[in-house]
Amino acid sequence: MIDCAAFIGPYPFRQLPHPDPDVLVRVLAREGLSGAWVGYLPAPWQRDPVAANESLLAALVPHRSTLHPAPVVRPDWPRWEHMLRDLVEQGSPAIRAYPMHWGMGPHDASMRALALSCGELRVPLVLTVRFEDLRQRSALDVAGDLTAAHIRTLARAGASVRLVVTGAGRELLEETHWSLTPDEQRRVLWDFAWIWGPPEDHFAHLVRTIGAERFVYGTHWPLRLTQNARANLDLLPESLRHAAITDVASLGR
Amino acid sequence: MTDPLIDAHAHFYHAESGRGDWERVNAARMRAGDAIGVTYHVVSVLGSYGHTSPTDVSRGNDVMRAMADADRERVRWYVTVNPNHTAHALDEIARGVASGAVGVKLLASRRADDALNDPICALAEEHGLPILHHIWQHRTREWPNQEISDGRDLARLAARHPRVAFILAHLGGGGDWAHTLPAVVDTPNVYPDLSGSGVDRGMIDTALQVLGAQRLLWACDLTMETGLAKLRALEVVGLPEDDLRAVRWGNAARLFPPGTFPRCVAA
Repeated sequence: MIDCAAFIGPYPFRQLPHPDPDVLVRVLAREGLSGAWVGYLPAPWQRDPVAANESLLAALVPHRSTLHPAPVVRPDWPRWEHMLRDLVEQGSPAIRAYPMHWGMGPHDASMRALALSCGELRVPLVLTVRFEDLRQRSALDVAGDLTAAHIRTLARAGASVRLVVTGAGRELLEETHWSLTPDEQRRVLWDFAWIWGPPEDHFAHLVRTIGAERFVYGTHWPLRLTQNARANLDLLPESLRHAAITDVASLGR
Repeated sequence: MTDPLIDAHAHFYHAESGRGDWERVNAARMRAGDAIGVTYHVVSVLGSYGHTSPTDVSRGNDVMRAMADADRERVRWYVTVNPNHTAHALDEIARGVASGAVGVKLLASRRADDALNDPICALAEEHGLPILHHIWQHRTREWPNQEISDGRDLARLAARHPRVAFILAHLGGGGDWAHTLPAVVDTPNVYPDLSGSGVDRGMIDTALQVLGAQRLLWACDLTMETGLAKLRALEVVGLPEDDLRAVRWGNAARLFPPGTFPRCVAA
């Protein structure tokens, strides 16, 4: 199973314990995960994506059998189409984008173009709803959570689009999922790291209503405890305990 | 046999809690507790601070007592009080103690350091009861539907009542936990519980470093998957066995009245 929501690098708003690739490799092994799509944590707050991607790719070189780069492509940046193609040709299995951090509204044409281009290249586009709980967010961190309007606009952009949305809670997920046609729903996968387990059982409810196959495994390391995703699975009611989530390794090229 | 485990911060709902699925949620808590290995759940039913208070507080305590009596093997309970109604709060504590309550849950209708909490704390001390207080980790502004307190506020109350144990609710409950730890480090009768939906990496390690294992209580509150994640994290951070035991149940057994958790002591 691949972790679709891991990062390396420092976080601007608090000190993270050793957010380094070699540590991530050990954590994945401990958790029984075969690898991770890895983003570069400072990237959302940096304007120029080029340097962030260079740092990411260089840091992952010694660990490429386990850590797969999920670099960022910013679709309002000159020559982004070339950047996307190069990154995919170099083996990136997924592309990350942060429309909230780039000040892009839900109907931004460049984001739509990026989603379609990723679809043509058969790589999923990874969107992050949030990095931290709203209640502890720095006053300088004003991007806000990704909205359902952003996600559904991209999901409706075309049949080739594949989105992996990480960090959503039940409310955002339901608002988005139930606003899509069945075909469009199948274009969106969700991780469940931020979805509540028992006693509210939001995760169990969603597995029953939208299906286990719509979920993928994401830890949000190094921001959050990797144990949380596994705990959520382990605490599903007995009748759902063997529900099969999707491995992102099965997506794309 | 695994070590005992006490969830020091749990809630039940009832028919008048305002949600139709209350029985399902209560049952889910016990189902998940059994899966995690919880030996005892220390539970409260919250009343309101609104126009039905304190009547609904009494009603919640009645229901809570009945639920605890129906599951003596696994459930202990806090008597809930609204500090805006002093006489009622004191009566509820007396009534609760007479019917088996093992702690006091302070509703967040007054800031923690408010003088209205003093008579409640004095009576809790008389009965040897710990007090669980809803705490925001770093209060930077007001929020609706509660008069929020943070670690500094609770530390002021705890300093006035040094013989009462105060359980600082949900260190992982959103807000800046890194602010809470230095706010209470010099007030030794404040014991943060680890509950809350937050599972920030670094939180447990820093709490252990700043306060030590003897000051922390394992708990879940509204999200039991985060409780299980933190339990598993505690098991891999290299804690000495005695420290792990203290966080799992030993500290709770020390803070609550003697004899509260016989299955832990027996184990």
